Amino acid sequence: MATSFSRLLSSRRNLGILSLVGAGSVTAAFLLHREHVTAGVPVRRRYPASAEYPDLRKHNNCMASSLTPAIYSKLCDKATPNGYTLDEAIQTGVDNPGHPFIKTVGMVAGDEESYEVFADLLDPIIKERHNGYDPRTMTHPTDLDASKIQSGQFDDRYVLSSRVRTGRSIRGLSLPPACTRAERREVERVVVDALSGLKGDLKGKYYSLTQMTEQEQQQLIDDHFLFDKPVSPLLTCAGMARDWPDARGIWHNNEKTFLIWVNEEDHTRVISMEKGGNMKRVFERFCRGLKEVEHLIQERGWEFMWNPRLGYILTCPSNLGTGLRAGVHVKLPLLSKDARFSKILDNLRLQKRGTGGVDTAAVGGVFDISNLDRLGQSEVQLVQTVVDGVNYLIECEKRLEKGQDIKVWMTLLLFRLFLIRAVNDPPFL
Amino acid sequence: MPFGNTHNQLKMKFSSEAEYPDLSKHNNHMAKVLTPAMYERLRSKQTPSGFTLDDVIQTGVDNPGHPFIMTVGCVAGDEETYEVFKELLDPVISDRHGGYKPTDKHKTDLNSNNLKGGDDLDPNYVLSSRVRTGRSIRGFCLPPHCSRGERRAVETLSIEALASLTGDLKGKYYALKNMTDAEQQQLIDDHFLFDKPVSPLLLASGMARDWPDARGIWHNDNKTFLVWVNEEDHLRVISMQKGGNMKEVFNRFCTGLTKIETLFKERGHAFMWNEHLGYVLTCPSNLGTGLRAGVHVKLPNMSKNAKFEEILKRLRLQKRGTGGVDTAAVGGVFDISNADRLGFSEVELVQMVVDGIKLLIEMEKRLEKGQSIDDLMPAQK
Repeated sequence: MATSFSRLLSSRRNLGILSLVGAGSVTAAFLLHREHVTAGVPVRRRYPASAEYPDLRKHNNCMASSLTPAIYSKLCDKATPNGYTLDEAIQTGVDNPGHPFIKTVGMVAGDEESYEVFADLLDPIIKERHNGYDPRTMTHPTDLDASKIQSGQFDDRYVLSSRVRTGRSIRGLSLPPACTRAERREVERVVVDALSGLKGDLKGKYYSLTQMTEQEQQQLIDDHFLFDKPVSPLLTCAGMARDWPDARGIWHNNEKTFLIWVNEEDHTRVISMEKGGNMKRVFERFCRGLKEVEHLIQERGWEFMWNPRLGYILTCPSNLGTGLRAGVHVKLPLLSKDARFSKILDNLRLQKRGTGGVDTAAVGGVFDISNLDRLGQSEVQLVQTVVDGVNYLIECEKRLEKGQDIKVWMTLLLFRLFLIRAVNDPPFL
Repeated sequence: MPFGNTHNQLKMKFSSEAEYPDLSKHNNHMAKVLTPAMYERLRSKQTPSGFTLDDVIQTGVDNPGHPFIMTVGCVAGDEETYEVFKELLDPVISDRHGGYKPTDKHKTDLNSNNLKGGDDLDPNYVLSSRVRTGRSIRGFCLPPHCSRGERRAVETLSIEALASLTGDLKGKYYALKNMTDAEQQQLIDDHFLFDKPVSPLLLASGMARDWPDARGIWHNDNKTFLVWVNEEDHLRVISMQKGGNMKEVFNRFCTGLTKIETLFKERGHAFMWNEHLGYVLTCPSNLGTGLRAGVHVKLPNMSKNAKFEEILKRLRLQKRGTGGVDTAAVGGVFDISNADRLGFSEVELVQMVVDGIKLLIEMEKRLEKGQSIDDLMPAQK
């Protein structure tokens, strides 16, 4: 408690008298409740908002859909306590009009307070992106109890590998679009320091991008662990690639089943993975690792950004809530050629990608199948969705192999899913 | 980034040492000059519009450079940048512009009558002639830092001024975001259309923000005088034509520029200029005249000659491929232009090009006949 208190006192944010109240994550959550966030110094402007309003007529992203001239006018003079402005937050969406088929988010957060100061714009974006989740009225459940997962072992003849990823941000430090070099280095120091305390099967080593040797680099490439400087304009326009590769790095355990990226698109990206279909074990390690890392940073007076409205706070609004993508590489050569494949995935709340990750194509009938949702359901719920869904997909594939029809099976399952969803998640009705 | 200088306040809470960039693998002018002590002295400063030291150097931090090519590694966000961050920019300017001192004065001479010759470059060798420069409108932030409102204001002013040009300079403006497919194709065929920058040197400085808002191309009906609006600078002004009549190209360049300057003044706007730095532009490498006068010239034999580079150096010329900077020569055809920008007047620079090309063509003719060029070797200008 005392260390958390001193951390709040020395925190770089200007929270005035509120920083004297109590200590710990409860207080921090209280401090970030919308009405209590003090915006920073107003932004100087020579031109009226109407002259500055971006031309979004050819744009197709969530920001463009929600940013009316009225909202722009209301928010354009505001800044977060760290000085992050609306123009900075929307720059990536202005610079990248989007794709007729893919709707990108078009906006990022520069710090935790962005989600409060720019709530008039971010709340409708969150609602659109996360299937009706309303941050003004709803709360997000966090559940990292892996023991609740049922049937989490897939048929290894179909599932080649299993993986769960999420992100975590360190409270009190700005996010990648806005962080200064000193802040980014501090994130690296805090995280690497904490990770050095991991033991047993989680014990591992950190490889800084600026200092790695050629052999280390080659090994990381061979292991498919190394991340590169972002090339996607969606990311570079948001400013998150500044000062590359300063304070960026990769940590992984000796067994190469638990991996953490430092200062890429978020402060940290946490990945648990292994070959084969033991999703339950992957998730168990994921939860255990996350909890241990959280414990280790708390010992040093830090904590993760989290609140009950939005769950875990990350740079991109699309990753709020759990920030979780649980997926498998699975062989579905017959099912993937079935005309109903996309619809099935839709109903299961799953998405497909190629095995190179987002924006790649499937090769040899092998797909990356993962959960669509991030916010509004807990980690356990989302992983269970993937488990149930993938088991079902494998069943379909097996039936098609035997020349059987999958129609009756589908009807039964979809009816069951509909009932479950209607009971638990009224917005989906 | 525009206006959000509250950001600089945040950085001041961390020590200078913690914020100082890692320049250990860098090879650009900024990295050579920016010591930790200098960083500490300058980091609390900002221009009146809020441009900070980190804004100036971001492109140089993000682009370590090339072992062979020395990039500048810093940009200006407004006219005052060159004053507020003098301590950094004066040595950068000196390194880049041949020892130009903070006390030196730059001479501007846009009287094309002062150019001797230049109307007789051999068209069997010289395929085209071109002169370009840039101009910034005083009172507006430069491309790395301007807001959308400012950029649009620059565009509006420019369109208005250019619309008043008459005679052989009469022309039309094509806004990038409004152009039809047919117009776009025509501009590509004429080699006039500029694209969104892809070079990380430019992108990292923030000048491609909001593309293509308020960007456009104006050209006269004869297609010999062209103005780019809001690309790397407020205005890039280009005079060009096929063949070797550099004098005519430079005539039109000077006349056009002077007319444009008058039209802006009539509307209450001057170009950024001072007697030390000449015309003020975004990149310190373009200060002074901002002028690049060049030709596309066939020099297949010269280019294979071992002394080619040395000759160019002595003539104060540089070579590029015909695609412009960072391209390779094709078929022995080179883009040859002046290497200097600051410390020489416009007339002096174009004179160097005219005289230098004459000499290079003479040498090429000698080599064609298998004769020696030793007696033609120039002294260092």
